[in-house]
Amino acid sequence: MTATAKTARDLTTAAAVRRSKATHIITEVAKYVVLLLLSASFFFPLFYMFVSAIKNDSQVYTVPPILFPNPAHWQNFYNAWTTTFNFTQMAINSIFRYCLPVTLATVIVCTLVGYGFARIKWVGRDFLFYLCMGTMMMPWQVTMVPLFIIYRTLKWTNSYLPLVVPSLFGVPYFIFLLRQFMMTIPEELSDAARIDGANELGILIRIILPLMTPALTVVALFRWLGAWNDYLGPLIYLNRADLYPLALGVNQLRVAQMSNGNQVNTFPYLMAVSTIIALPILLLFFFAQRTFIEGISLTGIKG
Amino acid sequence: MAATAGSRSSGLSRVERRNLLLGLAFISPWIIGFLIFDVYPLASSLYYSLTRYDLIQAPVWIGLGNYSFTFTKDPSFWNVVYNTFFYVVFSVPLSIAAAFLIANLLNSKIVGRSIFRGIIYIPSIVPAVCTAMVWLLLLNIQYGAINGMLQAVHLRAIPFLSNPNLSKPSLVMIATWACGGTVVIFLASLQDVSRTLYEAATMDGANAWQRFLNVTLPMCSPVILFNLTIGFINSFQEFTLPWLLTNGGPAASSEMYSLHLYRTAFQNLRMGTASALAWLLFIVIVAFTVVLFRTSGRWVYYGGER
Repeated sequence: MTATAKTARDLTTAAAVRRSKATHIITEVAKYVVLLLLSASFFFPLFYMFVSAIKNDSQVYTVPPILFPNPAHWQNFYNAWTTTFNFTQMAINSIFRYCLPVTLATVIVCTLVGYGFARIKWVGRDFLFYLCMGTMMMPWQVTMVPLFIIYRTLKWTNSYLPLVVPSLFGVPYFIFLLRQFMMTIPEELSDAARIDGANELGILIRIILPLMTPALTVVALFRWLGAWNDYLGPLIYLNRADLYPLALGVNQLRVAQMSNGNQVNTFPYLMAVSTIIALPILLLFFFAQRTFIEGISLTGIKG
Repeated sequence: MAATAGSRSSGLSRVERRNLLLGLAFISPWIIGFLIFDVYPLASSLYYSLTRYDLIQAPVWIGLGNYSFTFTKDPSFWNVVYNTFFYVVFSVPLSIAAAFLIANLLNSKIVGRSIFRGIIYIPSIVPAVCTAMVWLLLLNIQYGAINGMLQAVHLRAIPFLSNPNLSKPSLVMIATWACGGTVVIFLASLQDVSRTLYEAATMDGANAWQRFLNVTLPMCSPVILFNLTIGFINSFQEFTLPWLLTNGGPAASSEMYSLHLYRTAFQNLRMGTASALAWLLFIVIVAFTVVLFRTSGRWVYYGGER
């Protein structure tokens, strides 16, 4: 009696195992199918941007859409870059007048401020830190009008000063990031140096800074990205094409191409320029993927 | 705590005073910046919001005139409020939910995870101007790739950007496409969830769905709250994508609050009205955030911390 019951149970268990194995395979396959479809739809727009950059007008307007244009018009990249606007000048503006100064200022100043918030204990520190964090909730629209009036009075409009100077005073988001990172460094390291008579600036430079490379890379990367992608700031303060950064230049090209009906190669040229300005970001991502991922995780979790 | 209170009543000790000065010295750039770029503009924008000011003539005090104009006479105000709420209410929960599901999918054992993660993350770091240009091409009614594919299988073309009813949903769709940053944050927080919790749940007979509902969701709820808050704050201020993709059209159906504010200030040169609009936005954002945090006690699980 007990023996039959036992075999019966064994049989059902074996069937259950077989069944769960089958469901396991099905869910695994389903998972990959969903993932492939998802990444295809996430990938497609940027892929289409690139292939449309090497089409001519008749290829770009063809229905159904052409995914692998033949012949490919590689000269679009050169023509789009040079014909209507001087995009080289805009690239110089983007890099040397905006991204580079802003990144340098942010890294240096936010390190100092972050150190003051993370590694020295003083009365009122936490209050000021929360105040600093609170300013992130303030919409840019609230300060937009008064700041514009200040810069206009200083005759700073049509220059990069309104975009760069505020970074000299620290950016709360990056202050937060660096402070969080510095908090994780053991206090004993600083104490030992203090006993040896080092001052705070010396501790920051000789002890903390060498440990900060990952966090500083994250800040530099994201700050550069923010300036590279910024559209609104330059839109408010710059209105001469020779001063434009790349982001504004792309839309300027669209306006020029579409002003009297579509000009020749409007979309291929727009896609070509878009590809060129997205490319550095994509390359940066491939070479610094881990830094990106770690950085963004750092910002999100310890909030 | 008692010790601090005691020493404070007799003034700060020498070390405390030294540390206070040092601390203030290190954060002094931020304090100066805070006064110049936050406190002063905040106060003066409140003042401008009570004046008529066109940048040419000196501001004229009109009391609450700008606010009453905005609420009763501004023909586009309620429309942009509706558009903005539509965009915020749909795009934020949708992209957070999508990001959370994708993160869960990526969190299981998967070959090539970093490749999938990269592909999903990249759209969120591409310049907004590129995003706008490529979607302009993809969503075009005549020759856009998406409509091209629909027509290839004999479906009717969808007027994504030329129909007033579809312009906002199109913006929501693009916002969801750019949810990769949130995916990465969720993925990192999922990896922090202790395995023993899942093992214990499995021992108690919980299936995958129950584990998701009773372990994953509560353990990630603080991160979800954080991302919801950031998402709401940012979406209320969304400017670049609608500005470039639809420029508020067609028929002002995608005219967002910040577009209207920008036009009020820099195209109509009504700096006072624009400041009033900005303050109303600020109040709404603060109220939204407060409500979100106040109600979060009911659904956010803080482990042993609270």
